[in-house]
Amino acid sequence: MIRFDNVTKTYDQKSQPALDGVSLDVDRGEFVFLVGASGSGKSTFIRLVLKEDSASRGAVYVAGQNVANIPSWRVPRLRRGIGVVFQDFRLLPNKTVFANVAFAMQVIGRSRAVIRETVPDVLATVGLEGKNNRMPHELSGGEQQRVAIARAIVNRPGILLADEPTGNLDPTTSMGIMKVLDRINQNGTTVVMATHDDDIVNTMRKRVVELRNGSVVRDDAQGIYIGDTGAVVE
Amino acid sequence: MRLAFILSEIGSGIRRNLSMVTSVILVTFISLTFVGAAGLFQLQINQMKGYWYDRVQVTVYLCVDNSSEASCAAGPVTEDQRAAIETKLRSDQFAPYVDTVSYESQDEALGHFRDQFANSPIVDSVTADQLPESFRVGLVDAEKYEVINEAFSSEPGVDAVSDQRDFLEAIFRYMNWASVVALVIAGIMTFCAILLIATTIRLSAFSRRRETGIMRLVGASKAVIQLPFVLEGVIAAVVGAVLASATLYGASRFVIDGWLVNTFPQTAFISSQQVLLLVPALVVLGAILAGLSSLLTLRRYVKV
Repeated sequence: MIRFDNVTKTYDQKSQPALDGVSLDVDRGEFVFLVGASGSGKSTFIRLVLKEDSASRGAVYVAGQNVANIPSWRVPRLRRGIGVVFQDFRLLPNKTVFANVAFAMQVIGRSRAVIRETVPDVLATVGLEGKNNRMPHELSGGEQQRVAIARAIVNRPGILLADEPTGNLDPTTSMGIMKVLDRINQNGTTVVMATHDDDIVNTMRKRVVELRNGSVVRDDAQGIYIGDTGAVVE
Repeated sequence: MRLAFILSEIGSGIRRNLSMVTSVILVTFISLTFVGAAGLFQLQINQMKGYWYDRVQVTVYLCVDNSSEASCAAGPVTEDQRAAIETKLRSDQFAPYVDTVSYESQDEALGHFRDQFANSPIVDSVTADQLPESFRVGLVDAEKYEVINEAFSSEPGVDAVSDQRDFLEAIFRYMNWASVVALVIAGIMTFCAILLIATTIRLSAFSRRRETGIMRLVGASKAVIQLPFVLEGVIAAVVGAVLASATLYGASRFVIDGWLVNTFPQTAFISSQQVLLLVPALVVLGAILAGLSSLLTLRRYVKV
């Protein structure tokens, strides 16, 4: 589903590369933790999958397609196949829960009828039944992140990228979010989650890819989190 | 669905940015008013050219007692000279250029003079023998005045060949200057309008960066992301263009229909209907102006 072929990303010539010769394969339906300290290259990985940036060397394949060969007018179509969730939720503060999720469908031209039918289902999937008309500021952090997840999956993407989705949440709430992500993964969506939350990684027992200074230093099938040796933990 | 969505985005954009949108409307209004005024001056010049050039005559003045030209050294024109000039004017050689020839005697000249200066005290002191008799020559093509001038100005008995166009050209020169000034002002104001539209779009893009960021992530197309911004600028500019058109129309009704036509009844003025012809041009110009400047701005400030 996602393949990195010896990918190097350099933001500017003087500093060391953000990703340095990374080769990685994520299969359809997999759940992968991307771990490592801040600045280890996790966010760069996600930006390259979304074609927010392009690789300096090497090739990034998403759903079998080299993203370097996707013309700019086709990039929106690439992104429709990928859902993204962030640490800071990024909800629209002046829209209700329903409207926030519906927004993702409106902007790609879904009909009102389809939206009315789909959004409540998705809100139920993430455990937000009956909160359609709440405003984001009336929700807890965990609930806000559920809205963000609902928005990311409402267009049924094949891939869900999560960049530190539990970074702002307490451990109990975080486990709730992980259950939601796991359920989405069970339904066949490939999930790549960047994190440095060791509790979560150790509990889930999923594939763990560890990045350090832009290189893959570990790739365990049912890995655990090993504290960052020599790197600074946030 | 997408159209409704884009329209609602435009509405919220304009509401959030009301003061900037208002200033865009006003600046395009002023600049397009000057563009339109320059256009009206040109229309008026063409109108007068078309009207007058058809009626312009070349006048061949014949010698009188007090003529000072060398060709008049022999004194006033003789019967033979007058007949020779008329024969030459009506000859086959000049047939392609000359349309009509009419003769004006000194008495007729005095009559015209009295009509023209009816209210002036100078009328009483002028007598018929001071005014030259002349041939009034209507031309097939008013531009071919030089042919007549060359052929007749040194003919014995001819005092001078004069073309009324010289006088008209002076008027047109002044009107051209006026339209150039209007165009310069229009240019400066248009430049202001472009900068202001760019700034407005920038502010608008900044205040909606959260929305556009999410739109990008969920795969909204470039058109859906950028169109609300472009249309916001275009709508403001079109409103400005409509205001400019209304102002020009009102001014033409008031100044031309209400005043100039009555004051100068012999002059052909453009009609208010012709002003209406300018409206689509101004609206399209405003829309293009806003569309281009917002597209250029968006390229820099709204990533897709």
